[in-house]
Amino acid sequence: MNRLSPRLVGALLLPMLLGAGVSVQADEAAADGEERDIVRIAVDVPYPPMEYRTPEGELTGFDIDLGNALCERAQFECTWVVQNWDGIIPGLMARKYDAIMSSMRITEARSRRVLFTEPYALSPKVWVARQGRDIDIADRAGLKELNVGVQRGTTQDRYVTERYGDVLDIRRYATADDVAVDMQSGRLDLAFLNYPVALDTLQITRPESDFTQLGPRINSPQSIFGKGNAIAVRPYDRALAEAFNRALDDVYRDGTFERLMQRYFDYDIRPPSRD
Amino acid sequence: MIDFQGYGPRLLDGALLTFELAVLSLILAVALGLLAASAKLSGSRLAHGVATFYTTVVRGVPDLVLMMLLFYGGQIGVNMLTDQLYYAFDIDIFININAFVAGVVTIGFIFGAYMSETFRGAFLAVEEGQMEAARAYGMSGWLAFRRIRFPLMMRHALPGLGNNWMVLLKTTALVSIIGLTDMVRVAAEATKATHEPFLFMIPVALGYLAITSVSELVMLWLRKRYDTGFEEQD
Amino acid sequence: MQQWLTEIAPWLAQNDIFTPATLAQYWQGLVNTVQLVFISLLVGVVLAVPLAIARGSRWPWLKWPIWFYTYIFRGTPLLIQLYLAYYGFAFIPGIQETWLWFFIDDPTYPALLAFTLNTAAYTTEIFRGAIKATPRGEIEAARAYGMSKVLAYRRIILPSAFRRALPAYGNEVIFMLHASAIASVVTIMDLTGAAYYVYARFYSPFPAFIFVALVYMALSFGIQGIFRQLEKRMLRHLRSGS
Repeated sequence: MNRLSPRLVGALLLPMLLGAGVSVQADEAAADGEERDIVRIAVDVPYPPMEYRTPEGELTGFDIDLGNALCERAQFECTWVVQNWDGIIPGLMARKYDAIMSSMRITEARSRRVLFTEPYALSPKVWVARQGRDIDIADRAGLKELNVGVQRGTTQDRYVTERYGDVLDIRRYATADDVAVDMQSGRLDLAFLNYPVALDTLQITRPESDFTQLGPRINSPQSIFGKGNAIAVRPYDRALAEAFNRALDDVYRDGTFERLMQRYFDYDIRPPSRD
Repeated sequence: MIDFQGYGPRLLDGALLTFELAVLSLILAVALGLLAASAKLSGSRLAHGVATFYTTVVRGVPDLVLMMLLFYGGQIGVNMLTDQLYYAFDIDIFININAFVAGVVTIGFIFGAYMSETFRGAFLAVEEGQMEAARAYGMSGWLAFRRIRFPLMMRHALPGLGNNWMVLLKTTALVSIIGLTDMVRVAAEATKATHEPFLFMIPVALGYLAITSVSELVMLWLRKRYDTGFEEQD
Repeated sequence: MQQWLTEIAPWLAQNDIFTPATLAQYWQGLVNTVQLVFISLLVGVVLAVPLAIARGSRWPWLKWPIWFYTYIFRGTPLLIQLYLAYYGFAFIPGIQETWLWFFIDDPTYPALLAFTLNTAAYTTEIFRGAIKATPRGEIEAARAYGMSKVLAYRRIILPSAFRRALPAYGNEVIFMLHASAIASVVTIMDLTGAAYYVYARFYSPFPAFIFVALVYMALSFGIQGIFRQLEKRMLRHLRSGS
């Protein structure tokens, strides 16, 4: 029988524990509600123009600029963490970061898990098809045999699944960019996208674009689309949410919000509560 | 020169990350593999049971699914531990497992299971007489392991080890799905932005082939080294 | 069955994740995974047998291209092969107008292409090794009977090689099942795709992925069991001594 001594097992175990390489850091406000200095904010990229990366790898976009402005007001030192959409809420709960600012809609299902700030923007959704394709969204029978691309787990996904699940072939992608790419390749007949994203990636308003908007922009029902985009924090981080809310009031009042909005959009994205 | 449309530096960074990830995971996998093999061969029924459960689970579940579980579950598990520390002893620490560490731990954990089978076979292939001779020379357990069992074992373990390394290297590509910017992720992002899949995917494929080809040469050299003192066999 | 259903019904009603709707999602995922893997493996084997024979040929123009093919497909991640199959053809200008578009449009075909070529490469090398290991005596005996080369392959070499390849091929089947989990990145709703969907919908990773892990485990052990039985039956002659 071939036996190994316990000491040998211990000797093998030790470097493993040392080599695990976890970074230990104190979390200033894990439970005591004290004001924290460092706030880590998660975004899912690419989601232009809300959040995306330049070819050099730098993060930019409306959410990033607004987030930095808010952090300045609230005197936080903010760092941005890139996180896939699929794991963005579990990551928050797992304390991989302290907040999510990634065009996240306030919805009932999400509200059960996270605490939202006041909405800071409301970006409508839109149906997109290739220029010249004769598709009528209202004509349900005519949608049979067609497919639609959405980003998995978004409010768009839910809307299409609940309203059109029985007629359209729904293809769910990990990112909104993947949806746009497959519109361009011609694999998708339809896409249901966030309006700013559709403008930026498929250029639906430009006359020379291959793609066009179908029907009006969609913002209802509120049971699916919620009141607007907000920053999400862990349910017990009330102080953090309040600080963001105060900073939001400030940027609306002093015109910073409008300046940023005009940099990225030629239409109004203010939520109804701020009109 | 190929024009990578501005993605060149990021591709290089990605390649570096792939390589680092693979090497660190390999080290962890070897350590875990030795540990699990030892556990399986130890007399302890508990150790044997734990090690068998570990290898069975890993070999029954796809790498990607395990990665999702460990990547998100790992952090939640660590948090539960630190939360307990806080409630019980008022020690407030937060251990942040970043994506890279999570990747290393996950791939190391998966391949530790495969390595354990390789090492178990190799342990068993070392003749007991060799170890008896070492003990007769008065070598301590650790010294006998380092000087006698380990080099003898490596001769038997090398082919399996080499094989596992090649599979491990290719498995690192999966971290691109959970959000690490390895070279596959950069190539995928670039493909989607530029619609030039071949321009980015083929150099990345060549990168993998380069690493595997060099590894094959290293394996050949290592095999020769550990074969010293044994007759040439077919 | 009826009773079993009525027993789990209250339990199903209580939890908000494993509703009949999500279970149906998982079931569809299972069907898609099994189809994808089965077709890839089947076509892969059909391709691998002639390739393995040709790989041992004396003609360099036959032997080296096959070596190159298996080298490339075994040396690079399946994920890259899948990306190339999915995006590689889609952006060729004008391809939408050709009959090929039918195969590119649906994500299943690019995935099948990548998976099949990948498993065919591995299987070629497995068969190649098994053919090479044919005992010389068997080939000499076939020659002594006056069998032609083709006949010797069909009657003697291949059947014996298949048996020897069985354990390694069993591993390849399980490997392919596990590798197929990446089909979800090109929007195929396989088992992992279903888990992603459930996960993204309810934001809790554990139930969604542990459930799917158990399904994969059951499939893996089922396959392992089948191959053990096959080996027992087909390799009986090798264990006459024991």
